[in-house]
Amino acid sequence: MVALIKEDKISVGGVETDNHLILAAGVLGTTGASLRRMLDLGAGAAVTKSIGPFPKEGHKGPCVYVMEGAVMNAMGLPNPSSDFVNELECLGGKPVIASIFGANPDEFSEVASWFEGKVRGFELNVSCPHAQGYGAQIGSDPDMVRECTRAVAKTGVPTWVKLTPNVTDITEIGIAAEEGGASAVVAINTVKALRISTGLRRPLLGNGTGGLSGPAVFPIALRCVWELYEALSIPVVGCGGVSSADNVIEMIMAGASAVEIGSAVLDGVDIFEKISSELYSDEGEKIGDILGCAH
Amino acid sequence: MKEIPSFPVKITKIIEETPGIKTFEFDRDFEFLPGQFCMVWIPGVDEIPMGLSSKNSITVQKIGEATSALFNLKAGDLIGIKAPLGNGFSLKEGRTLAIAGGVGAAPLRPLALLGIADAFLLGARTKEDLVYAEELSELTDLHIATDDGTFGHHGFVTDLLSEVDPLSFDTICVCGPEIMMAGILRILESLGIAEKGQFSLVRYMKCGVGICGSCCLDDDGLRVCRDGPVFTGDKLLKSSEFAKYSRDASGRRIYGGSGGH
Repeated sequence: MVALIKEDKISVGGVETDNHLILAAGVLGTTGASLRRMLDLGAGAAVTKSIGPFPKEGHKGPCVYVMEGAVMNAMGLPNPSSDFVNELECLGGKPVIASIFGANPDEFSEVASWFEGKVRGFELNVSCPHAQGYGAQIGSDPDMVRECTRAVAKTGVPTWVKLTPNVTDITEIGIAAEEGGASAVVAINTVKALRISTGLRRPLLGNGTGGLSGPAVFPIALRCVWELYEALSIPVVGCGGVSSADNVIEMIMAGASAVEIGSAVLDGVDIFEKISSELYSDEGEKIGDILGCAH
Repeated sequence: MKEIPSFPVKITKIIEETPGIKTFEFDRDFEFLPGQFCMVWIPGVDEIPMGLSSKNSITVQKIGEATSALFNLKAGDLIGIKAPLGNGFSLKEGRTLAIAGGVGAAPLRPLALLGIADAFLLGARTKEDLVYAEELSELTDLHIATDDGTFGHHGFVTDLLSEVDPLSFDTICVCGPEIMMAGILRILESLGIAEKGQFSLVRYMKCGVGICGSCCLDDDGLRVCRDGPVFTGDKLLKSSEFAKYSRDASGRRIYGGSGGH
């Protein structure tokens, strides 16, 4: 297998990380303690639960359904809003990226202001597929993406934009983010999906539809990274179904400068250490030598 | 990544244990270890965590929207069950003591049904709030306390520890209000046996499978749904959260009460 050589200093889209593997938003990110646990267990950086302008309880359950090789969720953006700032206290100077959402540029700007000086970067959630008025509803409109990105990027803090695959042309949205001043794009958020309990004759998630993640979406994520790498000049962070070191290398060859890992945590909280132990080798290659090499 | 199915089950029998607590039996048996739990899906309402009170039942206290909806169901109605989830009690060779407060008796009941509990300390507010008392008296050495003295010892379940010798037990399984569990833990700590205590915790859970993080405990970020719900006393002594606060559905801290639905 192709391996990477461990570099002393890793910088992705303006964010310094300890390695190329980042805990994805929404996974074990509700408390500072759980984020710290994942960083201690080998994540090179961690993205928080998405934080919005008002506290939200999220959707009624079932919120998560685990399948063979895939997960479906409709959490509904539960978050404690500004109260979350206190959760960061126990994280010291560790590499944390705040995932934020809002319904318009002003709300994005307000939420971002709470975290300035406390995180290494922002990740704009314009891609959650199951929250009315937020997420993908904004992320499928290039003008809104450009303006929301601009509102946060003007803080000067590295600003990543997490994109939805649930659009006809993801590069159009990626370009809008770049125009708005994004320092990187993250691809992808979950793929809108549905399952039904035949026994109970109703959708398996309380919200009805949800977002699909896990190994099943890896080929979709890889295709999106590939397209964005060709269309943009800013870095692309791969996200979606990554569950092995080989998946990471594949993402890098498609054009990802780092990857985010989420659903694979279901296989164990030690997933970052497991993947790192295979991904890095003293005989490995520099990421720059294989980045986008498959194009 | 393996499927965690939600099995549709039919409610076969509803037993009124107390005015506010009912046992719902269903038509499917689940293999599980005492202390493991299930996610109960009440269609159209919510999905909530519940300890398994036997291989085919849950015992539920009416405390919120989801449990109220459950109370409105009748025999023949369908619900969804994901089970078994989490880690149950880690049982060692030797003698086992069970200590329950209120509906906390639910996840401890299997210990008695399997003949594992040598003694059982059961507490409730009043005589009519006692759950499984008759059944437990046949299965174990049962000691009862009620807050108002209407049955058994007049006082808290913690007082009953003086009726049995905690040092004579190898495993002490506890479930009930967190303030009561903290009282038990203090006593075990003073006897130098905190690690023998195994405490079943309740926290607000959204996913139940260890990925969302809504039930993580301070300071270690342990997930109640996947790393628990049972934790040993020595671990809880290190937690700044235990018996002090929990989190609501949005993740905000709530002081003075344990989470749940």
